[in-house]
Order: sequence, then C-alpha cells, then structure tokens
Amino acid sequence: MREEDREKGYDFHKKSHTDTMVINMGPSHPATHGTVKFFLTLDGEIIEDIDVEIGYLHRAFEKECEAQKWNGVFPYTDRLDYTASALNNVGYAMAAERLIGIEVPERCQYLRTIVSEMARLSGHYTNVGAGALELGALTAFIYFIEARELLWDLMESICGARLTHNYVRIGGVTSDLPSGFRENIKRIFAKNRELWVDFDTMLTKNRIFLDRMRDTGAISQKDAIEWGFTGPCLRATGVPYDVRRAQPYLVYDRVDFDIPVGSTGDNFDRYLVRMEEINQSMRIIEQCLEQMPDGPINVDDPRWRMPSKDDSSTKMEPLIFHFKQIIEGPQIPAGEVYQAVEGCNGELGYYLVSSGGGKPWKCRVRPPSFALTAAMPLLVKGAMLADLIPTFDMINLIGGECDR
Amino acid sequence: MMEAAINFLSQPLVFEIGVSLLKVGFILGLTIGFFAPMLAWVERKQSAVMQDRVGANRAGVFGFSVIGLLHSLADAIKLIFKEDFIPRGAERGLHTLAPVVAIIPALVAFAVIPFGGKYTLWGHEVNLVIADLDVGLLYVFAISSLATYGVVLAGWSSNNNWSLLGGLRASAQMFSYEVAMGLTIIGLVMFYQSLSLVVIVAKQENFWHWGIIWHFPAFILFLTCAVAENKRVPFDTPEAESELVAGYFTEYSGMKFIMFWTAEFLEMVTISGMCVALFMGGHHIPFVSQAMLLGLFTDLLGPNGAMLMAMLIGVGVFITKLVILLVFQMTVRWTMPRFRYDQIMKLGWKMVLPLSLVWIFVVGLGILSGVMPRP
Repeated sequence: MREEDREKGYDFHKKSHTDTMVINMGPSHPATHGTVKFFLTLDGEIIEDIDVEIGYLHRAFEKECEAQKWNGVFPYTDRLDYTASALNNVGYAMAAERLIGIEVPERCQYLRTIVSEMARLSGHYTNVGAGALELGALTAFIYFIEARELLWDLMESICGARLTHNYVRIGGVTSDLPSGFRENIKRIFAKNRELWVDFDTMLTKNRIFLDRMRDTGAISQKDAIEWGFTGPCLRATGVPYDVRRAQPYLVYDRVDFDIPVGSTGDNFDRYLVRMEEINQSMRIIEQCLEQMPDGPINVDDPRWRMPSKDDSSTKMEPLIFHFKQIIEGPQIPAGEVYQAVEGCNGELGYYLVSSGGGKPWKCRVRPPSFALTAAMPLLVKGAMLADLIPTFDMINLIGGECDR
Repeated sequence: MMEAAINFLSQPLVFEIGVSLLKVGFILGLTIGFFAPMLAWVERKQSAVMQDRVGANRAGVFGFSVIGLLHSLADAIKLIFKEDFIPRGAERGLHTLAPVVAIIPALVAFAVIPFGGKYTLWGHEVNLVIADLDVGLLYVFAISSLATYGVVLAGWSSNNNWSLLGGLRASAQMFSYEVAMGLTIIGLVMFYQSLSLVVIVAKQENFWHWGIIWHFPAFILFLTCAVAENKRVPFDTPEAESELVAGYFTEYSGMKFIMFWTAEFLEMVTISGMCVALFMGGHHIPFVSQAMLLGLFTDLLGPNGAMLMAMLIGVGVFITKLVILLVFQMTVRWTMPRFRYDQIMKLGWKMVLPLSLVWIFVVGLGILSGVMPRP
C-alpha cells in the first residue's frame, strides 16, 4: 500500500512528519535466543525491511573437521543440529562409508534408522513446542518438552548422552540396543501419543493459534523450490520431496510411512506437517523394531571400524589396528562424495573430500536451515512484527546447523 | 476507664472514622497484603499443576518451604535489594512515576466495590464498602482509564524502542477495551436502574435476580474485556515476551518492576471484584437471605453477634467468589496462546463492541416487553 502511494508521489512519512523505526532484534532477544540478529525497519508494527544477520554460532565446523581424524569429526557433527543430533551422525557416517565403498550390516542399518527417527522426533518436539511457547502457550510447550525428555531417556539408554547423542561410527555404531529397550519404547510411545493428543487438542483447533499461524509466512511452491527449501517447509507447500523417499537410504525402502504435505505453505501447514511427521516417525521406529534381524552391528573390517575393547586388550592384531586407528585414523581412499539424509529441517547433505589420509581434506555440510533462513525477508516483509515470531520458529533456524 | 473508651468509640463521628479506617485497612491488607503475593504463588503453583511440574518449592526457612508460599517473600526481599536501573536517556522523573501511576488506580478503584452488605452493630449502621458512591460504576471506569497512563508513560519514558512499541500497543488496546467494557454493562445498568454498585449488589439478594442469570452474554463479554484490560494472556501483547522482550517494562528492575507486576495482579483482583458485584451477587449466598442468616445465629450469639457472624460470612462469600474468578483467569492464562495486536483490536471493535450493542438492544426489548422483570 505504502509502495503504491509512493509511486503516486504521495509519501506518507513526509506528509505526516513521521519516520520508520530501525530496531535491532537480537541476538539477545527472547525470540532469537542468541543465534541470529534481525535488523528491522518498522513502519508502526509493519516490517518494511528486514536484514538477517547470521553467524552468531559460527564455530568453524568445516575447518575444524580438517584437523580431526575421520572418527574425531563425530562429536562436532552432534553439535550441528543439536535438537536432532543423531541424524547428523548418521549422515556423516554414511558419506564416509560411501567414500570407502563399504556397506554396514543390516542390523546396524536398522539401528541407525531407529536413532535417526528418534532424533527427528526430538527435533520436531522441540520445534513445534517452542513455536507454541513463542506464541505464549507455555503449557503446550511443556507437554512436548516432557515428550522429548522421555525420548531422551531412551536415547540415554542407547548412547549415554541426553543432548548430543554421539552414537554412530564409520562402519557401525557404538553399541547395540540395551536390554529392556523394546518394553521402554512401548511405554514411552504410549505416553508420548497421549501428550501429542493433549498438545493437538490445545492448539490445532484453537482459534487464536489458527489466526496466528494461518496465512502468515506463506510461500508459493515455485518460490520455495527456487529458494532451495527442503524438508517440512517445502512439503508444506505441497511438494512431496523427502530424501527418505527420493533417494532411499538405510532401510527406508523397507518400511511403510506416509509423507504428509500441505497446500498453502504457510506456518500452519508447516506446523501440521511436523505434527504428522511425529506420528510417522513413531510408525517407522515400531516397524524397524519388528523387522530388525539379529547379527553384527559393525563391519568386520578393522581398517574402518575399531576392534572391540576386549579384543584389543587381549590380542595382538586388534591392538595394532586399535593403535593405527587412534594415531593415524582410518585411511580412507582419495575421492569425493555427496551424501544427503533427510534432516529435521530438510535435506542435510555432507560433501566429503578425501586426499587419502586419516583426516578429511574437506567436509562441507549443506545445512537445510541456511536456505530457509535466507528466505526470511521474503516471508515476513510487509507482515506485522508479531508475524515474525511464528514464521521464524517454523523456519526453525538452528544456529549450530546454519552457522556451523 | 473501659466505659469511657466505649463511650468515646460510640460517638457517631468517631465510630464512622474508625470503621472507615478499618475498612480501608482491610481492603489494603486483602489486596496488597494477601492477594498480590498469593496470586504470585497461585500463578506459579497452578501453572505447575497444569503442566505436570512441581513448581516453586525452593525458598524456605530452616528447610520448610510451606508448599512454595515463602517464595513470594523471597521475591520481595530479593527485589528490594536489586539495583534500581534507569537507562541512559530516559525521562528520569516519568520513569520513576510510571509504576506508581500504574499501581494506584487498581487500588483506588476497589473503594466503591462492596465486599459485604449493610449491618447494624450496636446501633450503628456499618456499610461494607469504603465509599458508597451513587456513580460507583462511572468512578471505576474513570479510575481504571488512568491505569493506562502508567503503562504508556513507562513505555515512552524508557528510551527503548521495545518499550515504546509495548506502550503504544497498550494504549490502543486499553482504550479500545475501555469503550467495549463500558458498553457491556449498560444493559445491566438498565436492568438494575442504578450506577451504584451497592444498590446493584443489594438488588441481587434473590438468586434469580443475579446478573449472571439475566445477563450471561454480557458476563462473557465483560470478562473478555476485563482480561484484555488487564493485559493478561491471551491479550498480553503490550508485554509479549517473545516479541517485545518484556514490552513496556523492559527497562525496569527491582521494586519498580515488581510494582508493575503487582499492579497487574491488583487489576485482576479489582476487575474480579467488579465482576462479583455486578454479575455474581456480591456477598449474597444463593437462596440464603440475610434475614435467614440472622435468624440462624440470633439465638446463639445475640443480635450483635449474629450481625457480626453474618458480616463474616458475607465477606467470606465475596472472597470465595473472587477467588473462583481469579483461578478462572489464571486457567485461561495458562491455556491460551497470544493474539496478534491487530487481531485484538479487531476483536474489540468488530466483535465485542457490536455484540454489546446488540445486547443493550435485547435487554431494552426484554425490559419493555416484560420478559425481563426488573428487580
């Protein structure tokens, strides 16, 4: 409206002796929580211009990887998307294995699928719950945080960590499922489904929530593809693109799951897509647990997967391999590879280059939220200041992943 | 000596002044002394119950935390000793004045709300309201409009853009809902034919004359406006913590900050008191008249004792109704997400205002046609 006025030669600000307000939103602002800064130009409450400034969580991940042995990179990948850390593990391990040209045992693939989906659950719980929190619905947020805590109990029983689940290794995983895992997962999923229903009842049909989410931050299918959207934000526009379906990896071609898509691409569709993906992830985990065969969880090749501690402390050859792995790292042949997994926010890609040594020559990550954040101006320009909040939440910028 | 004291106290003027001071003291004690810290506790504990948490239980003396009750005390002590921060470039005077302007109206407005009925004690009439104004309702609205200044001044004087936005939002919101709120009770005034809260309460002695029965739509609209006027979730855009950091009180700390907080609670209490007086029969118990209460106790306690007993029960009933409304408002606060600023304005001007106009029309028709018998 104001643009049209200006074209007609009528400048509102000049006529009424007012001016726009320039305001810094973040990095220390409750909605940006230290990870990003918005440089806003406000006309009253309407966002005239927005400049997104990322980089507050830049930790030189890619450069740091070049100084680590291949296996030493894993703890760094945990800290990319810290709401869904196991997914980052899996992506990196798969890229490295493709570079070597090995295939992990079937049981390991199932285990990786299970932790991937658990990570996705944890990420979606955090994202959707935080979305509710930022719209003022603290109670709904706490419901999903409880669900996430229960899920982290499971993760803790698998890998010992609650936030940065460092579980996957090149050529396998650190350990098998603990005893009693199946019973626990049954109990916890039942509780989480109840919490999901509670959350859904509180928000999905809540008129206030609908008004805040619907028609805000919408993007067209064409724009979404042009801006490199992937994941729930792309699916909310109606494109059924999911790496798990498009380029099946692990055992995703053996399990039955739906890919929810939206139609309008607004915040409410993004929310609905994520809510449904929570259910689908649970379905995948349950199917995996049913289908999972017995067998080894690591490749039986000490060049890539370190021998077990028992072996290396009693036998000579495993001890040598253990030593070589620690001092030199796995000698991955020269080459380059791109491997994508479906991350919490979209396509999480690893581009690895090896020059044939024990360290990666280059480890580039394609973070889904980087592309999403880039489109923020497109999504919120002309909207109200309050609309920035749900849009930014549904974009789900994870500082660790976006800035690396 | 004793007799002289009694004689002195029974002089009409002395009795009047003494009783007035007692009433003021009681109301101050009830609002600032009891409800403000208790609501802080309820807010913590009720949200904890709703969210499946334990809630505040750390602050304690010698290991006794009294289910978190001492937390309010700890808060007060902490906030008194906190640095009183005034940002550079702020209007120092107005910045200091704003919390006072915010808190006083909430307290003063309670003066016309009857928290009991009229009782005859030792030959003197005691009316349990601080000021029995003929235009009590208008007084409440006039005073509560002043509360807006506190918020707007706080937002403007802080020299902070977030505060300014919060202050602007607050002014627009509070003025809009002031209008709507005034219109929601016009029907009630037509029904009871009085602007005095004391008269309105007196006319609700019969349960079938309660405002909530004849004016239920107005009750809902009034409560909506009341929550909006108090800037509580879902209408808390002036402080919207995820949008405006803390809105109009972003730059406040220590006791000034707690004054805004207390003002919010006190506004809740006052507006709930209004609601009780207008719609829920004030101190009256359904189906029990004052004469019945007196009859019950006269034999046992004598006429003055029975009067005192009736008075205590009346005040107790009033406070109970108040607490029910407060808990309801708290429940709403912990259930709903927050509106957007323009949606609030739309709700106020395009929904609540027309609906209350319609309700005035309906009440008018009802009274004229005799469907609504005026008490």
